[in-house]
Order: sequence, then C-alpha cells, then structure tokens
Amino acid sequence: MNLFKEAFDKKDFVVTAEIPPPKGSNVIPSLEIAKKVLGKVDGVNVTDNQRGIMRMCPLAFSHLLKEMGHNPIMQVCTRDRNRLALQSDMLGASALGIENICIMTGDHPKLGNHPDAKPVFDLDSVQLTKAIKELKKGVNMAGKKLDGAPEFFIGGVINPFFEPVELELIKLRKKIAAGAEFFQTQPFFERESLDKFIEQVKGIDTKFLIGISPLKSVKMIDFMNEKVLNKKIPDAIKKRIEASENQTEEGIKIAAEFIRAIRGLVKGIHIMPIGIESYLPHMLEEAGL
Amino acid sequence: MIITKQKSLDEILGMMEGKKSVFIVGCGECATTCRTGGEKEAAEMSAKLIEKGKTVTGSVIITAPCLELDTRRVLRQNKDAIEKTEAILVLACGAGTQSVAEAAICNVYPGCDSLFLGNVFRHQHFYEKCSTCGECVIGYYGGICPVTRCSKSLLNGPCGGSMQGKCEVDNKKECAWIMIYERMKKTNSLDNLTKVFPAKNHSAGTSPGMVINAGIRG
Ligand code: SF4
Ligand code: SF4
Repeated sequence: MNLFKEAFDKKDFVVTAEIPPPKGSNVIPSLEIAKKVLGKVDGVNVTDNQRGIMRMCPLAFSHLLKEMGHNPIMQVCTRDRNRLALQSDMLGASALGIENICIMTGDHPKLGNHPDAKPVFDLDSVQLTKAIKELKKGVNMAGKKLDGAPEFFIGGVINPFFEPVELELIKLRKKIAAGAEFFQTQPFFERESLDKFIEQVKGIDTKFLIGISPLKSVKMIDFMNEKVLNKKIPDAIKKRIEASENQTEEGIKIAAEFIRAIRGLVKGIHIMPIGIESYLPHMLEEAGL
Repeated sequence: MIITKQKSLDEILGMMEGKKSVFIVGCGECATTCRTGGEKEAAEMSAKLIEKGKTVTGSVIITAPCLELDTRRVLRQNKDAIEKTEAILVLACGAGTQSVAEAAICNVYPGCDSLFLGNVFRHQHFYEKCSTCGECVIGYYGGICPVTRCSKSLLNGPCGGSMQGKCEVDNKKECAWIMIYERMKKTNSLDNLTKVFPAKNHSAGTSPGMVINAGIRG
C-alpha cells in the first residue's frame, strides 16, 4: 500500500515538501526537520544533487526517511548516471521500500559546484520514465526479464512558465505517455499565472502538485528573477518583503497566505523551502496544514 | 573542419620543460583557417620560443597533417633539422599532432587544444553543429541536431531551463529545442515531436572509430 499515492484519492489537498539530503555524512539536522513534519505532509521530496551541488545520495536519505515513517519521493535526475546505473538504483530503491520516484533531467554540472564533471545525460527524463515503467512490468532496457518487478508511483516535473508553452506541453504529454502519473511544478507566486496554468492543462489527465517557494529575502528574489525563473516574482511581493522587519518571516507569511488562497483550487502543493528547510514546520502551521 | 585554439605559452613551456631545441609543425588547412597554426602563427610561435631561450631548429607547414602518409613524407624531407631537435611542437588539432608523433621519434607536443568539429559561419565565427555520434537522427528534428546543439543532448524536448530562448548552460547560445520547435512549426511538422524517441544507441559512436573500405580503389 503506497500511502502517498493513496493520498490523491483519499485527501482533498495533498501536501509534499522538499528536504535535501545533507552536504556531508551528518544526517541528524536534516532528519530532525523531517521528524517535525511527520504526519503533516503526505510525502517528502528528496533531491538528487540539485543544481549540481554534491550532497548525500537521495537513495540513502530516502531510506532513512522511510524508516522514520515518511513517504519519501526520491528524485532521480539523468545528469550523473547512465542507463545501467539508473536502472540498478531503481532496483535498489525498491529493495529499500522506496515507492515514489520523481524524474527530471537535472541542471547541467557546469552550473553546479563540480563544473569539471562529465555530464552523462545518457537518457532524458522521458526515456527514463519509460524505462521505469518497463521495470514495473518486469523487463529492463535490454529487454531482459527481471527476477522480481519493482512497484513505483512515477512522477515528473513541469515548468509552466516555459516559453513557448506549447513545447513544454508536448513534453508533458510525452512524460504521461511514457508512464508519469503525477507532476510537481516550478513555484507559483500569484493567482493570475496559476489560473492560466490550470486553463492550459485542462483536459490533461494527470495529477499536479503546485510548487510553492517561500522567499526568504529580497536578495533571494533578485537571484531567482535573474537566474532561475522565466516569469518574474511580482514587484508587490518584493516590496512587501523589503518593507518588513523580518524578511524570512514575511516570506513565509506570504507563502502561507498563498497556500490558503489556492486550497480548494488545486489537488495539492509541493513546498520547496530552498535554504530555509528549518522553517518548514512553522510554515505548515501558518498555512493551516 | 576541426576548430582549435592555441595553448598558452606558459603551458607549452611547461610541457617542454628541459627541452632546449624545438622544431615547429603547422597545418595548412583547419589550423590555418582558425589562425592557430598557419605560416604566420608558426613564425610568431618561433619568435616567442626564441625569446624564452629555446633554439628553433626549423619549421614546416604540412598541407594537412591528418593525412598520415603525407606527414611522413614532409618530415622525411626535413630530416636534417628534425634529427637535431629534442622536441616537435605541432600547431594543429590532436589528430594532426598524433600523425606527427607517429612519424617522428623525438618528443612531440601539442601547441593547440582541439575544440570541436565546426562549421564556419563567417570570418572567425565557428559553431559546433555535429559531434559525429555515429547514428544521425536529425531527420526527426527538422535538420537541427539535438545531440550536439542541446547541451544535454535531449531527444524528447527541452529541459525547461532555457531563458529568453537561450540555453541554461550558456546564455550566449540558443536553446536547440526552441530552434527545433520553431523550425518544425514552420514546416507544419510539430506532430513528429509528439512521439517518444527511444534512448540513443551510444554503441554506434564507440571510440576509437575505424573504417576500412576494402572494396573502394583509388
Ligand atoms: S545526430 Fe549525430 S551525426 Fe547527426 S548531426 Fe547530430 S551528432 Fe552529427
Ligand atoms: S536550455 Fe535548451 S539547449 Fe540548453 S540544455 Fe536545456 S533544452 Fe538543451
């Protein structure tokens, strides 16, 4: 029984949050955060060397979360491993009780902290999704029969702000055709874009978890606007954070208000508290979750 | 053609540490076009090495050092100078440098870094469009190569990271997937992009490549 998958049927609002593995062997601080949100989220996303910054492997950290009682969603990117390693990790994940996978291409190593690394990208996200769907049927990419087929609930990511959006939607449909069953989006910061997105994906039969990122400072807003987001964070939000006494608190408040506002409108959310994971319990509380 | 860039003088001197005499080999094709190993560059390199205390025993521009038998012939013609030298510095691509290395008995050093198989757009504008993957797939992508021109070689669509049409890895480069999309839209063939393309067959491009066409003569 996969509790995260079940949450989509049983709950009216599914909540997942991202907790990255540690940047060393010390798992205690990350696990402490995880402990505080136990029972409050339906799944915990474990990032895979996100932005090309080297951390503990998501396989090991997902396993620790599973032991704690969480439903880990193990992210897998195609940047660092070829098809042999990826399939092999999937079998390993299954043996350790990991049931949810979220697949993405991954940022290029050149943007991370090991820019000299060899970029692998043997598969793309669509091909990996397809490969895992086949593993579920008991066959590997070489067409060989497996001794025991893993069970996975497969997810993917979508960037609703990508231009041209038609191209992103073509890829979304391919991921669904390849076996993706749920999607996590890039963060939204205002209703207008969200309404537009809901309209765009109308009629596409899948499950979306809307990305939410608390903005911890004006500096972060500037960074996101310049380097990460296709659509800029509204000026009104920047001004509100700028005018506040405690920028992080204000950022969390804004995110919590947004969550309250869109509850009932979407199936669920995916919280990415980039750099302020320790505020996660507080943020969930503010949002009434 | 093969696009090269000259190594820094420091690196060249570092590689050749302890070698007092140098013979310089240039390339009359690609490295001449790239201005990294033609007559002029060979003369300039010679002057710089002399300034650093090296003895330059001679120099020659081989029409195409990647043609191995021609390279052997030219080196034989320069036998006297080469016999007196401790090192040969080759201002050409890695392929040309290796054909010199295989033809000569002394130490051979690369004076250039080989960058890519490039198209020449206009004067000194070089672009990589094909990385000789062994199994050409561009027929499915409107004639634009995702293997080479997408920094992640994605075959099923964009990574989602491009901004203002530029690649997330380098904003001086176009996102190949937006180019493919625009092109296929213009030719009314976007439908072709909706199918899931299988994983690439990397065995087709296994290095080192070798082709011997036995039946073809002269
Ligand atoms: S698909 Fe392969 S052979 Fe064709 S242009 Fe691209 S790299 Fe070259
Ligand atoms: S931005 Fe475009 S070209 Fe660059 S890696 Fe992503 S899809 Fe490929």
